[in-house]
Amino acid sequence: MTTVIEAEGLTKRFGTTQALAGVDISADGGQVLALLGPNGAGKTTIVRILATLLKPDGGRARVSGYDVMSEAVQVRRLIALTGQYASVDEELTGTENLIMICRLLGLARPAARARAREMLERFDLADAAGRAVKTYSGGMRRRLDLAASLLGEPEVLFLDEPTTGLDPRARSQMWETVRGVVAAGATVLLTTQYLDEADELADQVAVIDHGLVVASGTPAELKARTGSQTLALRAADPARAGQAAAVVAEVTGERPDVAADTGLLTAAINDPAIVPAIVRRLDDAGIVAAELTLRLPSLDEVFMTLTGHYAEDNGPQRERSVA
Amino acid sequence: MTTQLTRSTGTGAPGASPGRPARAALRRREGATGRRVGLRQTLANALTLAWRNVMQLKHSPEKLMDVTLMPVVFLVLFLYVFGGVVAGSTHGYLELLLPGLVGQMAMFATMGLGTALCEDIHKGVFDRFRSLPIARSAPLIGAVLGDTVRFCVVMSVLTGFGCALGFRFHTGPLDIVAAYALAYVFYLAVCWVSALIGLIAPSPETVQGISFIWTMPLVFGSSVLLANTSTMPGWLQAWVKVNPVTHLADAVRALTTGGPLGDHALITLAWAAGIVIVAFPLAMRMYLRRV
Repeated sequence: MTTVIEAEGLTKRFGTTQALAGVDISADGGQVLALLGPNGAGKTTIVRILATLLKPDGGRARVSGYDVMSEAVQVRRLIALTGQYASVDEELTGTENLIMICRLLGLARPAARARAREMLERFDLADAAGRAVKTYSGGMRRRLDLAASLLGEPEVLFLDEPTTGLDPRARSQMWETVRGVVAAGATVLLTTQYLDEADELADQVAVIDHGLVVASGTPAELKARTGSQTLALRAADPARAGQAAAVVAEVTGERPDVAADTGLLTAAINDPAIVPAIVRRLDDAGIVAAELTLRLPSLDEVFMTLTGHYAEDNGPQRERSVA
Repeated sequence: MTTQLTRSTGTGAPGASPGRPARAALRRREGATGRRVGLRQTLANALTLAWRNVMQLKHSPEKLMDVTLMPVVFLVLFLYVFGGVVAGSTHGYLELLLPGLVGQMAMFATMGLGTALCEDIHKGVFDRFRSLPIARSAPLIGAVLGDTVRFCVVMSVLTGFGCALGFRFHTGPLDIVAAYALAYVFYLAVCWVSALIGLIAPSPETVQGISFIWTMPLVFGSSVLLANTSTMPGWLQAWVKVNPVTHLADAVRALTTGGPLGDHALITLAWAAGIVIVAFPLAMRMYLRRV
């Protein structure tokens, strides 16, 4: 399998901020690589360098074998980018937006018109085709944006936080579309703040923090490192939180984290089968659980495990104490 | 390198279903041009992006309000406020004022471009343009060409309203076309200055402020209003004499109402060329750095 996206030692500085501090990533043809990280980690900077929008200070990057700096024109023939904010023209209608891109891609006027109509139908926008984009909902805008990106049938598609701000239905629609694009053979690089999104779509995940890749692997490999799921437990009587923590520690073999303010216990769990055991032990001890849930680890927890600190845009470090 | 080989044999790329129009067109172009985008394609791209600007104006015609009202207000004000003083009668003044205002409006009509560009550049759509395999200069050239609509509107309203007030051409159709063509060439050149300011300024509001400051001395320190230069201080007389707007106004005046053309048209063209030679590369540089 050929390597389609490869970056080595990318560095980029904005003023005094070191946005990228030596990033290495690679993705094979037909795969989805997810860059996972909080705001400000450097994900967008990586995408903008690979999409030829930004020059790195150091390092090199190639897309389908072409250097993103010295062979930018060739790279642009193969890629498409859907940005964090919709990169469509708000003042034009959906049809006009797509015709414009088709014309820029070199299609003659009738072909551009036909292709625009086809894509609007495919993306369920036929009814809104004649309306100005500024009247579209967030989900419709993203769909149009993606349709515009796919007009040229790119071999490599960059999606910068494709589902941020979308409602759950629009989100799963977006996921379906991305799967379709990959099934057609394209290579996708997407950035996301959501672990479940990376889990749903990605073949490979690179966790980005402070401009560095702090961990990479398949979603399964990463989850094996963080615990595949998280148990959250809160005792109805806050005074018994310590006892509850002891029970969890006994069953899972590790002491859970306890949030000092809410008394919420969280523990990484690899085997969901131990949950009933915990429930039985709590019952035996006469501890009533006000909250007991099993969920995917949050990005925070993945971060905590992989980097030893919380994602910074969550404000001051949360108070943590071990019961 | 293996990946390189896979690419340059090219078409067997994943996802490229044969016969698809877009990919086929791209491939054709890949063969036609190498690393750089050719001149013909640059022009085609720029025209497509100019079409975008025209469509925007079609959807929001209120954006043309300034170029629609400005010529009416200026013509009425100058004609009735200064007419008696400058030329003794409003009718005699109209013959001289309207060609002057052609030059003035050619300047004023460029001001919207910088503001629009400054707003545009921060939107995501410019990211898309820059990630497409098109000429890098195309979005900028397209914006300038698309602004031709503003020029056409301002000149139509000015001339139409002037004729309604009693203005008459005294020259042949070729001369009249030459007059407006000259104004258009000068307008296109000044557009690049406006674009440059739009690219440098931090916000659209700033663009307006800066535009006024540099256009006012050019527009009013000129022969546009036919003010009496003999009472001006020497430095201002010298300024009026070299000011390109003076030459443009005098050339248009000669071409529409008769009288000696002299070398006003040539000097105007020379100024236009000079402005483009300086402002275009600067604007391009700022654009590539900015976005």
